[in-house]
Amino acid sequence: MTIKEIQDAIVEDFSMFDDWMDRYAMLIEIGKECPLIDDKYRDDKHLINGCQSRVWLSAEMKDGKVYFAADSDAVITKGIIYLLIKVFSGQTPSDILDSDLGFLDKIGLKEHLSPTRSNGLLSMLKQMMLYAEAFKLQEDKK
Amino acid sequence: MDSTYINEIRRQFPILNQQVYGKPLVYLDNAATTQKPLCVIDRERDYYLHENCNIHRGVHYLSQMATEAYENARRTVAAFIHAAAPHDIVFTRGTTESLNLLASSLGQLLIEENDKVLISAMEHHSNLVPWQQMLRQKKGQLLVCPMDDNGVLDLQRYETLLDEKPRIVSIAHISNTLGTINPIKEMIGMAHKHGIPVIVDGAQSIAHHYIDVQSLDCDFFVFSGHKMYAPMGIGGLYGKSDWLEKMPPYQFGGEMVDQVSFEATTFNKLPFKFEAGTPNVGAALGLESAVRFIESLDRNQIEAYESALLQRAVEQLSEIEGLRFIGQAAKRSGLVSFVIDGIHPYDLGTIIDKMGVAVRTGHHCAEPVMTRFGIPGTVRASFALYNTMEEVDVFVKAVKKAAAMLR
Repeated sequence: MTIKEIQDAIVEDFSMFDDWMDRYAMLIEIGKECPLIDDKYRDDKHLINGCQSRVWLSAEMKDGKVYFAADSDAVITKGIIYLLIKVFSGQTPSDILDSDLGFLDKIGLKEHLSPTRSNGLLSMLKQMMLYAEAFKLQEDKK
Repeated sequence: MDSTYINEIRRQFPILNQQVYGKPLVYLDNAATTQKPLCVIDRERDYYLHENCNIHRGVHYLSQMATEAYENARRTVAAFIHAAAPHDIVFTRGTTESLNLLASSLGQLLIEENDKVLISAMEHHSNLVPWQQMLRQKKGQLLVCPMDDNGVLDLQRYETLLDEKPRIVSIAHISNTLGTINPIKEMIGMAHKHGIPVIVDGAQSIAHHYIDVQSLDCDFFVFSGHKMYAPMGIGGLYGKSDWLEKMPPYQFGGEMVDQVSFEATTFNKLPFKFEAGTPNVGAALGLESAVRFIESLDRNQIEAYESALLQRAVEQLSEIEGLRFIGQAAKRSGLVSFVIDGIHPYDLGTIIDKMGVAVRTGHHCAEPVMTRFGIPGTVRASFALYNTMEEVDVFVKAVKKAAAMLR
């Protein structure tokens, strides 16, 4: 699936709920149920300090596609991480760099990516884009 | 205290009368900043409508009026904390600037290589980092008085640390994270027996308790206006004249000079020596109004009421399974800090925010305190005189609901 298709599917999933509480309940469920990162990556090298919640991120390139893994100690942060990984993991660096994040606005979670939130998500997103950029440069050199 | 009185006070804070996410706002982040009553907002507005002028330098009418108003504000603040003289009050931007001023200026006066400064384990960063950085430069050492699991300072250790002859002691009156009221009068007496000057960080006490700097006999007392219903960007440093006279200036320029040539400069007298540049006159007048507002209330009743708010919150929160209070000193004030097993404070804060409840989550700019208790942060609810018992109930209900969602 393309990034756009995955985003649309997420928006559709969330559109079942009118109420913010149900949306957050779903996010919390997602956050709880998904072990996202291998324990060996939960170290300082992969830590993105967000002041309020901590986020760990790793990335690798396989067959021209980027695969992310990430985790957080806060479950709401983790739920959103899951969505971001679902959207970006397994995509090409160019597609990642060309994408937009309008879907988070559509499901009412855009505020979590605000720079004032200090939950590490925005830094994580920037880091994901940097990874994509670096992998793209590697590809171009080949 | 009857609720009509509180509602009357509440009406003076229009910001409280609003909805967030369609729910009535319950503002319990007063330890971060308090809301401002109309009299404060009006005073600052009036200043810019009718009086705005640079002070201490104009011969013209407006400048003289503004200067007089500003110096009156200083007198009011001095009387509020029972300072011996108005010139013992230096206007600053707030607690943090006051402490930086002291670390720099008093540090220059007193600290030499291998000298020590004593703080406590419950200080917020503003009463830690300025000392740490100054001492690093001077090759000195920071001593830290430990606390127990309840968040109470160990006075025996304090005594032995005083034996190590620190040159300065700087201690929070009330902890911004734990709510502990420290026995500062006793601690000041103990330090003075060793001839050591004491700075009291009054950021969390000034809005809630009578402050009498002469009876405390502290050498310095620092506070922020915005935590006592005054505008942001104004605060104070009280110092005994003897100390302030001896201390070198902190910043240079503007009204703080006496005579200037290219070769040398002599400095103005107190308190102007420490007020470089154009001060925040409008905010200083707002601070004066905030002082008058506090003084217009029955302060004993307010103190009792605020402590009843805290007690109600503590009692109700205690019923929540897995909830652990961080800071359980017998003498506490103004705030309650807690964690719930298996729930990240950030998640809890996010959910109750959606229910209209504003609390602070995280490390409260006191990371060493979090490390001491082995937690990433806490949820902190802090109270002010305009909060109601009903708001406490809404807050606890919101916490219960959020905990159920997050478990």
